[in-house]
Amino acid sequence: MSKLLQINNLKTVFYTEEGQVPSVDNVSLDIKKGETVAIVGESGSGKSVTALSILGLVPSPGRVVTGEILYEGKDLLKMTDKEIKKIRGNEISMIFQEPLSALNPVLTVGKQIQESIELHQKKKGKRAKEKVIQLLNRVGIPRPEKVYYSYPHTLSGGMRQRVMIAMALSCRPKLIIADEPTTALDVTTQAQILNLMKSLSEEEGTTILIITHDLGVVAEMADRVVVMYAGQVVEQSTVYDLFEKPEHPYTKGLLDCTPKIHGESEELLAIEGTVPTIQNRPTGCKFHPRCKFTHEKCKEKDPELFTIKEKQKVRCYLHEKVIEERLK
Amino acid sequence: MTYIIRRLFQVIPVLIIVSFLVFLFVYLSGDPVALMLPEDASQAEIENMRKVLGLDKPFIVQYGIFLLNAVNGDFGQSFIYKQEALGIVLERLPATFELMIASIIVSTIIAIPLGVWSAIRRNTFVDLFISSSSILGKAMPNFWLGMMLVLLFSVTLQLLPVSGKGTIYHLILPAITAGTAMAAQLTRMLRSHMIEVLSQDYIRTARSKGLGSFVIIFKHALRNSMLPVITIIALQISTLVGGALITETVFSWPGLGQLIIQAIHARDMAVVQACVLVIAVFVIVVNLLADLLYRVVDPRIKYN
Ligand SMILES: Nc1ncnc2c1ncn2[C@@H]1O[C@H](COP(=O)(O)OP(=O)(O)O)[C@@H](O)[C@H]1O
Ligand SMILES: [Mg+2]
Repeated sequence: MSKLLQINNLKTVFYTEEGQVPSVDNVSLDIKKGETVAIVGESGSGKSVTALSILGLVPSPGRVVTGEILYEGKDLLKMTDKEIKKIRGNEISMIFQEPLSALNPVLTVGKQIQESIELHQKKKGKRAKEKVIQLLNRVGIPRPEKVYYSYPHTLSGGMRQRVMIAMALSCRPKLIIADEPTTALDVTTQAQILNLMKSLSEEEGTTILIITHDLGVVAEMADRVVVMYAGQVVEQSTVYDLFEKPEHPYTKGLLDCTPKIHGESEELLAIEGTVPTIQNRPTGCKFHPRCKFTHEKCKEKDPELFTIKEKQKVRCYLHEKVIEERLK
Repeated sequence: MTYIIRRLFQVIPVLIIVSFLVFLFVYLSGDPVALMLPEDASQAEIENMRKVLGLDKPFIVQYGIFLLNAVNGDFGQSFIYKQEALGIVLERLPATFELMIASIIVSTIIAIPLGVWSAIRRNTFVDLFISSSSILGKAMPNFWLGMMLVLLFSVTLQLLPVSGKGTIYHLILPAITAGTAMAAQLTRMLRSHMIEVLSQDYIRTARSKGLGSFVIIFKHALRNSMLPVITIIALQISTLVGGALITETVFSWPGLGQLIIQAIHARDMAVVQACVLVIAVFVIVVNLLADLLYRVVDPRIKYN
């Protein structure tokens, strides 16, 4: 399978009063065509900013400072405004966490979906409207002709997220980035939305980058997982390995504090301590103050991302020896 | 619909209070009889006149009669024009209305681009310039601005007429004069609301769809900022009426403002009373309309 998206050494910083603070620090990851990749991590670890960086949507005072984001081989970061607008919503679309605030309150949902279609496809007026109704139907919205004229506040949370999905699907994108698409929903609705996303992406062969802090969602959806902590990727592996053989102490911590019954965990709270704020990131390994295995070296120098086997990388000195031994 | 009816009922006490204040003001301002009769009128003639006008009755009875007549549209005769007071006032209403509509249009035309521009260029030189201009615009007295505009455009450049009413050119300077203060306030209001709206999630969604800045600003953001704009316009109607009094006098604009000032000078109380009540009704109606307009702009508002 070829790579659809490849992020190399992405660094996105926010310019605050305390100076530059890196939200995303040297993140590299890639996504193959047709694959579903999940980014997991506690809140504040830089997941959303990574997603927003892809489409150039980082809000000021934030900015991507280094790195490249190759989409089908072309660097999105080097594109002109006009070029990137042709990608947004058309080739790559986004679904956001809170569908109520992500939809414009004063425009009907029909109009909001239609807008994308009219912008990127050569459909106007009646034909565009037909397409919208078709899409609403497709995402399981009952009475789509009526919902077309509804305002977001009149719909339930689940229906709103279906509208967002219809909007994201409207131009048959190759990649959908879903930033915590089910976090704002209740458990039953979460499962419905995940199933919908899964079946639609299978039908269309759409590639998905899903961001979540819920390992249940990861198990449900993803082929591969990228674990982020304090702006860095700390582990990358297949879903199978992540649950069976997690290697980074942080990943292990995440797994330990997730109840086994899917859906009951709302937040990942049980690892001792909290994610350091950007301003107070420790030197050395960013996780060392919370880690059970910390030794001197961890405090001095940030470990690199060690490749421990074909599809697994870990940013932890515990794996340095393994590799050194293998190299001998 | 029931909402409109309920609102109309709320209007009644407001009108009663206004009418009472108007009556009280005229009552306290002294006896009109002395002005209406020749200077050498005898005491008996004065007493007689007072009786005819009902001025010998107790205050509250006089007010009751006034209110009853007012409800029937009868404010008495203007002793200057020798006509029904209400008729004179209603005759002048369209001119004032025209001036107000024109000044609302002028101020919106000025405020929307400036407010939007300073919001998207916030904390730059442009923003600073627009913000300080709007403080200036709000601080400038109406009559002074009017006279400066006349000096520049009519006297020096000779582009526009000095005063009076007739062509569209006559309307330009009065509309700018009456609209500047509101333009300034609208600009500041719009700026702060646009800044807030532009940071909302749905703007990010709009950007993620690939929409251009123009569509995002004018379709997605501005519609969400219109609510406060309508509020300001509605609230400013009363200020505009106040401004109109002065503007109309500066430009000899034949509207209510000019009429009420002339009537006060001449102590033509029937006209003054009719004027004030007509203005009150007018302001109330406009506020009601603005209320209904909210619903069109923001579908989330429900009247229950
Ligand atoms: N608009 C912003 N202004 C300043 N800092 C921000 C902004 N958005 C995000 N950040 C910083 O970037 C870090 C990562 O945020 P984010 O990517 O939203 O985390 P999450 O993993 O929860 O999605 C946060 O800790 C925050 O400090
Ligand atoms: Mg987030």
